[in-house]
Amino acid sequence: MLTLTHFLILSFLLFLIGVAGVLIRRNILIVLMSLELIFNAVNIVLAAFSYYTGNLNGTIFVVFNITVAAAEVAIGLAILVCVYRRSQTVYVDEMDEMRG
Amino acid sequence: MIDYVWLIPLLPMMGAAVNGVLCSRMPKKAAGLIGCLSMGIAFLISVSILVKLLGLAPGERSVEITVFRWITSGSFNIDISFLVDPLSTLMILVVTGVGFLIHVYSVGYMHHDSGFGRYFSYLNLFVFFMLMLVLGSNYLVMFLGWEGVGLCSYLLIGFWYHKKSASDAGKKAFVVNRIGDFGFILGLFVLFWSLSGHGISSLGFKEVFANIHHLNPNIVGLIAVLLFIGAVGKSAQFPLHVWLPDAMEGPTPVSALIHAATMVTAGVYMVARNSAIYSMVPAVGEAVAVIGIFTACLAATIGLVQNDIKRVLAYSTVSQLGYMFAAVGVGAYTAGIFHLMTHAFFKGLLFLGSGSVIHAMSDEQDMRKMGGLHSHMKITSTTFIIGALAIAGMPPFSGFWSKDEILWESFRGGHYLIWAVGLFTAFLTAFYMFRQVFMTFTGECRADSHTKEHLHESPSVMTVPLIILAFFAIVGGVVGIPFLAGGSKLHHFLSPVFGHGAATAAAAVSHGPGEAIAAVAGEGAHIAESAAGAAGYAAHSSLEFILMGVSVAAGLIGIFLASLMYYAPMRALAPSFLRPEVIAGRFSALHTLLYNKYYVDEIYDAVVVNPVKRLCAWSLSFDLGIIDGIVNNTAWSTRLTAWFSHKFDIYMVDGLVNSLATAVNFNSGIWRRLQTGYLQNYALIFVLGILALVVRALMG
Repeated sequence: MLTLTHFLILSFLLFLIGVAGVLIRRNILIVLMSLELIFNAVNIVLAAFSYYTGNLNGTIFVVFNITVAAAEVAIGLAILVCVYRRSQTVYVDEMDEMRG
Repeated sequence: MIDYVWLIPLLPMMGAAVNGVLCSRMPKKAAGLIGCLSMGIAFLISVSILVKLLGLAPGERSVEITVFRWITSGSFNIDISFLVDPLSTLMILVVTGVGFLIHVYSVGYMHHDSGFGRYFSYLNLFVFFMLMLVLGSNYLVMFLGWEGVGLCSYLLIGFWYHKKSASDAGKKAFVVNRIGDFGFILGLFVLFWSLSGHGISSLGFKEVFANIHHLNPNIVGLIAVLLFIGAVGKSAQFPLHVWLPDAMEGPTPVSALIHAATMVTAGVYMVARNSAIYSMVPAVGEAVAVIGIFTACLAATIGLVQNDIKRVLAYSTVSQLGYMFAAVGVGAYTAGIFHLMTHAFFKGLLFLGSGSVIHAMSDEQDMRKMGGLHSHMKITSTTFIIGALAIAGMPPFSGFWSKDEILWESFRGGHYLIWAVGLFTAFLTAFYMFRQVFMTFTGECRADSHTKEHLHESPSVMTVPLIILAFFAIVGGVVGIPFLAGGSKLHHFLSPVFGHGAATAAAAVSHGPGEAIAAVAGEGAHIAESAAGAAGYAAHSSLEFILMGVSVAAGLIGIFLASLMYYAPMRALAPSFLRPEVIAGRFSALHTLLYNKYYVDEIYDAVVVNPVKRLCAWSLSFDLGIIDGIVNNTAWSTRLTAWFSHKFDIYMVDGLVNSLATAVNFNSGIWRRLQTGYLQNYALIFVLGILALVVRALMG
């Protein structure tokens, strides 16, 4: 029997994987994907609570989130292309122009 | 024709401009032609103006022609305007007539000179200023001419400026003239100031003379004295006579034109023009006459012993100018102007004659090296002797009439001392002139053989002016012969100008016979004409004839004495104590005094020139030591201050700013290490921060 706890654990694991990906991976594409994992971990929590509490607000919010995330990824990828053109690299440790 | 009077000064001015601009690019013939032609045309216009003027009634013979407005200042206006009246007409005739002859003569005299065009430019410029002086209808135009002739005199005396003595003489003439001019301009200031106190802000002759009686006689006396100081400088009267003999360094035609015939007579003209002022203050007139006759005698005594042919004539000019001042001083303005005119003829003639001699003698001016020139240059010597007879006052030459009128007027006015000194001076004049004639033209030629070979009569371009001037030196006195029918023509011609003045003067100084003058001078001069001619001259003629005889005798004695001392055939007859060297030996102190011109130059050197030089040297050392020292010390101290300021700026001000910047830089160097620029560092800190917040929330 699946309970709310299983969903929360899944969500927590996804979140941890996402955070680890963001902090550890060098490839900025992977970092962006990891960000999507974090996003989806949050979406799962929202959908799970909506289901188990019977309140549809959470489900509606998830639908909005997915839409907004799609737009955000489109913008993020566009920025990535610009960054790549400028620095000729996709590795975040080589993008240190902001160093003081 | 009178309306075209402005052409008379304009023509010489244009001649001066053309010659001045083109002098080096023009052939000599063209320069001479322009110079002479402008003068000739000006003379013809002057003659036509005289004819027109004689056609007018005597009372209307005063026309003012305004050319343009020169100066405007509030209600005070000065026009460039010309006054055509008998006096100025006579003056322009003399200036343009004698000037024309001298221009023609100069073509011959200066033909070998490299500065030919420059010479004619200066000469024309001089004539322009002289005509402005005599034609001006207000004091400022007169002053313009007055200063201008002084300038041209300077330029022409120093014409051969590479000769130090010439440039020195030019400077001396200029400086001495400035002293007089200073008096003149002060006189104008006082005149203007005192007249404006009576609501008259004008310097026109007509306005001034019409209102001069409003002024306090003391003020008028001051004005008259100041103006006379100007005349003393310009006309080389004692004590400012020292420049004229030195002015003989200039070319001889210049001496003839400027320093004999025209410029030096400007002072006499000025006093005569201001007769209205001078007749108001007889005491000043008296002083003018005394200074004049004193100068006349002083200069004549110096002339006795000079050996330079031109210097004798220079002192003679000073002496004759003294006569003129004696005349205008005693109120006999006509006599003064008459002598001015005849003097222009015979002194111009004498100077041109001496120029001809100098030309023939290869620029030798010492009379001791001349002698016997009559056989070599007959025209020059004949005309020169005519001039000498005229200046010695021998009838019927022109100088006799004018000089005698001066002596007669001073005698009649009760100035017996002036008459006596004038008579003595006439004797001296005759003596030194014939000493000159005998030394130059008679006896053995004392020149060296080289000069002797070159002896020659001057070309006709020089002798013709001599002949014309000799003609006028003979007949020029006709216009002033007193006992022809109707009396002196010149007197009647000039009486409208001096009428208002002479009336006062005659009333003030006349004794009996002077009433005739007063009658002439009255309002209706033309009515009085016949009365003056008949009654006046009949009354005094017998005494006048006696005095004429006395002055002729004085002249004859002078000539006779000169011939005994210097004319070879007469010398043989003369007793030995009359030999010049014996007299010079016996009166050696007097001879030295005269030969050195009374040491006036030396006195001036000691009293004025050397103290001024010492003052200059002292001021120079003051300037170099103190003023420059202060300036230089200021500069040094400024530099020192600047050096300190510079160091303070670099080490203190800049140091503070820089050390602040260094501190900030150092400080920021530490803290900026935080900004690694790595995305994941920021993300890590972000995550750790959230964790910390979470932990805090859980703990809370």
